[in-house]
This record gives sequence, structure tokens and C-alpha cells, in this order.
Amino acid sequence: MHSFGYRANALLTFAVTILAFICAIASFSDNFSNQTPSTQIQILNINWFQKQPHGNDEVSLTLNITAGLQSLFTWNTKQVFAFVAAECETSKNALNQVSLWDAIIPEKEHAKFWIQISNKYRFLDQGHNLRGKDFNLTLHWHVMPKTGKMFADKIVMSGYRLPDAYR
Amino acid sequence: MDWKGQKLSEELMQILLLVFGGVAFITGYATSSFRTMMLIYAGAVLFTTMITVPNWPFFNRHPLKWLDPIQAEKYPKPELTNVISKKKKNKHY
Repeated sequence: MHSFGYRANALLTFAVTILAFICAIASFSDNFSNQTPSTQIQILNINWFQKQPHGNDEVSLTLNITAGLQSLFTWNTKQVFAFVAAECETSKNALNQVSLWDAIIPEKEHAKFWIQISNKYRFLDQGHNLRGKDFNLTLHWHVMPKTGKMFADKIVMSGYRLPDAYR
Repeated sequence: MDWKGQKLSEELMQILLLVFGGVAFITGYATSSFRTMMLIYAGAVLFTTMITVPNWPFFNRHPLKWLDPIQAEKYPKPELTNVISKKKKNKHY
């Protein structure tokens, strides 16, 4: 502490250490938030269901997605990344997941939404197993913090079924 | 700064940063505003720098007592030649 430079260095180092500590407890405080998200997905229409030239099935759906994700936002949240995935079981794989739609929600005000849209990403299968297939639609979300740990969770909605024949 | 002043500066720096760190976190958490927390903490770092880093007069209240030049001449630095020759004798066993 005998010179200006020495004191300035000690102060800056200690200040950055305390800052790291503050950010760590800010991230830890996210564990205490009460999260109650809700969602509903409706398949309005199966636009078409075809076998592609390479032998893979493809489906085009029109989805009606309603979600209330406001409770996921804490003081330490930068944005929430949400996506809808279709999950099914085939003879080749125990679990197939195909992402159909995603969105970045930057603020709490935009977290309650209703959207009617055809699938953003193609719903393809590896093979031609989709006729008459039962599948789940899952809404996944990743809560991206300003500092610290990212939390991810999902809601699984089951009971959807593809038609038995190509259209 | 004198010795007591240096100690005061270091302790003051640590206490101020810790306390303001706690205040910043609690205020930010209570107002649910990350931005508030960061602004309070930035202000705290600047404030602490202004208080503890420059050589303020209140850090020099117990100045070191250096000897006057005349007194220093009365007690000259001892010579080292005797010590060296004694060491050489001991090595010969």
C-alpha cells in the first residue's frame, strides 16, 4: 500500500472479485423463483403428407401455439428461447425429435403469445415410418440469464396422430 | 502515506467494497433490476477509489520520525570487515 499504483491495483482486483461474487449470488437467486409456465398446441391442419424422392416422409402442419411463459422471467433473465419439437418412436430409434418452430422472447411482455403458423422447419423422417404414427409435441424453453446458469425445461403434450395414408 | 495510513487505506477499501457490494445486490434484488445493481456497484468502486487511493492528508497523521542529519553522523554505520574474516577462520576445520 506504499504507492498509488499498488493501491489502485489492489482496489481493482478486489473490486472485480466482489463483482464475480455478486454475479454468482444473483445467478443462485434464480433457484428461488416460482415458475409456472403454461402452453397449448393445436394442429389446425395437415397441409400435406408425402414421401420425398429420397424415400423420406415429410409432413407440413399448420400449428396454433398458445403460451404463457411470463413466470420464467426473473430479474436476471436476458431472454427465453422456446422451441416446439415433435417426438415419436420408430422401429430404428427409440426417440426421434424434430424441431418444428422456435422463437426468441426478449422481454416478459412478449412472453404471453398466440401464434398460428405452419412449421418453420421441415418435419422430416429418416425413412418412411410416419403413416399412422402417434407423436408428442413438446414445448422446450431455455431461460438465458444475464449472468450465471441457464435453465432448461419442457412441457410434453401427447395425443397427436398422423394420418394413415399420404395426402 | 505512513504505516498506519496504509493499513487504514487497505482496511477502508475492503470494508467499503464489501458493504457496497452487499447493498448493490440487495437493492437490485428488491427492485428486480439488474441494471440498478450494476450502477450502484460501479458508483461504489469509483467512490472507494476517490477515498482510498490518492494520498490524502488524513492518511499521514502518524508520520515517520526520521533522524535529523546531525544525529545520524553521531551514530555511523558499522564496518563489515571484522565479520568477514571471522567467517573465513571457521571454515578451516
